[in-house]
Amino acid sequence: MTDSKQKSAPKSGFSRRAFLRGSGAVAAATALQTQAAVAVDDQGPNVVRGETSLTLNVNGQDVNVSCEPRTTLLDVLRYHLDLTGAKPVSLDGSSGASTVLIDGKPVMASTTLAMTAVGKEIKTVESLGGEQPDEVVKAFVEHDAQQCGFCTPGFVVAVRAFLDKNPDATEAEVRAGLNGNICRCGTYANIVEAALAVVKGG
Amino acid sequence: MPEEYSWPSREASAVIGKVHDRLDGVVKSTGAAKYTYDVNLKNQLIAVAYGSPYAHCKIKSLDVSGAEKTPGVVHVEVLPQGKKDTEIEWEGELLAVVAAESEAAAREGVSKIKITVEELDVFADESNLTAAEVAGRTGKGGGKAETVNEPGDDDDEDEFVEKELQRLFDESKYVLEGEYGIDAITHCCLEPHGATVQWKDGKLEAYLSTQNVSGTDEGFARDLELTADDVHVQCEYIGGGFGSKFAPDYWGIAAARISKATGRPVKLMLQRDQELKLGGSRPSGYIKVRLGADENGVVQVWDSLQWGSSGFRGGGVSHSVIPYVLVPPNYRRVSTTIKSNTANARAWRAPNHPQACAMSQTALDDLAAKMGADSYDVFLANLVNATNGKAEVYRAEMEVGAKLIDWKAKWHPHGKGPSRGAIVDGLGMGLHTWGGTANTSSCLLKIYPDGGVESFCGTQDLGTGTRTVCAQVLAETLGLEVGQVKVNIGSSRYPNSGASGGSTTVGAVCESHRRAGQDAVAKVFDLAARELGVDASVLEAVGGQIRDSANHQKRISWRKACSLIGLKPLEVTSNYRRGDESPLTDSGVGGVQMAHVEVDKETGVIKIKKFVAVQDQGLVINPKTCKSQIYGAVIMGIAAALYEQRVTDPQSGKFVNAELSDYKLARLGDVGEIVVELYEPDSERIRGVIGNGEPPAISPKAAIANAVANALGVRVPTIPMTPKRVLDALAKA
Ligand code: FES
Repeated sequence: MTDSKQKSAPKSGFSRRAFLRGSGAVAAATALQTQAAVAVDDQGPNVVRGETSLTLNVNGQDVNVSCEPRTTLLDVLRYHLDLTGAKPVSLDGSSGASTVLIDGKPVMASTTLAMTAVGKEIKTVESLGGEQPDEVVKAFVEHDAQQCGFCTPGFVVAVRAFLDKNPDATEAEVRAGLNGNICRCGTYANIVEAALAVVKGG
Repeated sequence: MPEEYSWPSREASAVIGKVHDRLDGVVKSTGAAKYTYDVNLKNQLIAVAYGSPYAHCKIKSLDVSGAEKTPGVVHVEVLPQGKKDTEIEWEGELLAVVAAESEAAAREGVSKIKITVEELDVFADESNLTAAEVAGRTGKGGGKAETVNEPGDDDDEDEFVEKELQRLFDESKYVLEGEYGIDAITHCCLEPHGATVQWKDGKLEAYLSTQNVSGTDEGFARDLELTADDVHVQCEYIGGGFGSKFAPDYWGIAAARISKATGRPVKLMLQRDQELKLGGSRPSGYIKVRLGADENGVVQVWDSLQWGSSGFRGGGVSHSVIPYVLVPPNYRRVSTTIKSNTANARAWRAPNHPQACAMSQTALDDLAAKMGADSYDVFLANLVNATNGKAEVYRAEMEVGAKLIDWKAKWHPHGKGPSRGAIVDGLGMGLHTWGGTANTSSCLLKIYPDGGVESFCGTQDLGTGTRTVCAQVLAETLGLEVGQVKVNIGSSRYPNSGASGGSTTVGAVCESHRRAGQDAVAKVFDLAARELGVDASVLEAVGGQIRDSANHQKRISWRKACSLIGLKPLEVTSNYRRGDESPLTDSGVGGVQMAHVEVDKETGVIKIKKFVAVQDQGLVINPKTCKSQIYGAVIMGIAAALYEQRVTDPQSGKFVNAELSDYKLARLGDVGEIVVELYEPDSERIRGVIGNGEPPAISPKAAIANAVANALGVRVPTIPMTPKRVLDALAKA
């Protein structure tokens, strides 16, 4: 993708061939794999084009969407269904902000292709709201477990999933079990309180 | 009009000072709150920007034809700095924007852009003063010297100071020399910078992620040759700012231009790596210190040379806050700035203070170690050097903090504590100061004939609880419940309110809302007084009623009183101008923090066992949201002390960890037990409201670094104290 006058490599007296010969087949194989990867990179990803029609089950309802095969579940939720609770924070899922439940399990919508979610039950944070909000939502409000709130929907879903699996979680378990999400404003202390309040209340 | 504005006493307050749930808690927790990133306008284009892959280069060519041909791409705009022969001074500088039917298509378009450049020399090794000098990247950052003895008329001032400092060092019972540093970090807002904009009929609708709702309409207007009236900026919710989101930024302007060119709404948010690279960073700071103290550990003389960088324009940490808070009678401080090929810094929560605190109170703690003294006692003794008149507040807060962390029982001399295997523990402290003067703010308050109350103010809620504070202040003033007041903020169409920076917001909105409330209720009193046949001056608004304060039987309900308003709502607009004397707000706070840590000498891993923050902020409106601010500040501080670091490759200038998987922030399991104590005796409460966004974010680094030094008996000189740095420090000892 980029092309420029390369700085000349430092002269180290290092011979690539000698290195390959000397270090045996493993190193050679690694080098070949690296070259293969570079070759693919040069061409760019091979995009399968055209619209695909999908039926997704979102928050208990079947919805039809027409999107490109490469579309992530996060983009379908946010751009096609206007369910913007799950947030795009990191494309690689390392922030947890796009956490949704698929068949009850927490999954990053940002790293899930929409087509792979066909035939599964998708639940977003919006399903925990409504007239009678989920206990986790109530506890987040009561314990002020949000500041800017951008990470909060992801955290609410993560806490819901964690407590579904660990309804009697101890404080130590809460602190050990909710490390897939990032909050920049620093609401962790309040989230621990909120999660423990749900344990006690339930 | 009321005689004067004031707050009710602690006893008389029904809503102020009481815990109240955040008004937007439910919408934030259920995904209903719409942030800039979430605003989807009909027929919108999604734009993604292309940034320079080189930290320092001259552009030879930028070929966007591949992007233009990409299916789904609608418009490609080369930015002014993407033009041929432009010199690019940091990696990530945006050069072009691709607008497409989907984010994926826009990203694909960006991937097709080709650049050729002439590479220029890169310098990005900010901690290395010698290398910066060799590379010709240093500049004068200013400095100052003060000595108790004055030079004679014939003395050369510099020579005199040099000699005088030497004399004072020779006289000192203890002399300590140390080197300390704190690397650059980024704001890393979870909602990246960006805007969703629509240009229509010569007017601009802009949903902007901003800390400056009332000021950014002008920013757009200036760059787009519109008037501010043609621009409507909205920001109901913002996903983090921390000092980095005051302007539309050139990418916001680009989005507006593309909207104009295409006739379609455009959403342009920075991608995650761009947010880290361009969205804002905090200057690095490094220092060489020599200090001399008397037999009690009171510092008498300080001599320091500091350096660091705010990016390619030089800069660095201001010397004006060195040494931090505790300033001895004799000192010399000199600062050198470094021009580095890294993005320009932006204001970061309490600009200059966290670095200054971490670069000077660590030296104070090392003095305690050298003396074999208790750090608490040395900090206490040095309160005589507090330059902000807060010695007594610090003393009281230290006492509270020491109790909460059990300092006396847990203290051991540096490096002399018991160990469990390779695990040692330690205590450390830090203290800070901040201004927090209330910003300019206006509030339009409408009281409807049916008793409804609605306020309008062009402020914003960064997650600090601004909305809730506004409602509490109005409810208190009108004698209503919080739920009876509708607060409207986040639009540039509302009366002007200052940008949220420098802990100025809670003061600002308390001024404007309390004033509007008092002005409006005085008018309602006039109506009620006629009805009740009493003088308006005896009336009070309490519990949904207007009543005679001496004879509670003489009363009418709020609703009834409001029905006397007539057909049109009663409207008042009340203002506060920054800097005006006012009994409602003040500025200048202290704050003391203490950390108890555990360090594994084999792995170098540091764990926070307990962290105590004692904070004064004048009158507290909502203890719940106030405490949340402090928890958050402490947690940010823990991240900066232990994990956060912008890692720049010194050869290429590339920001190599610009993803959240690599840019390490604290996670929930990393923060230990945090105890927050609001210090609010009558002497503080009477001062009125003071913002607390910045102050508690200042001390954590010093407190934690000092606790680590206490545990190990060895200073880990540079923050963040990564495991490698801990092990290096141990190996060197
Ligand atoms: S509340 Fe702002 S990121 Fe978590």
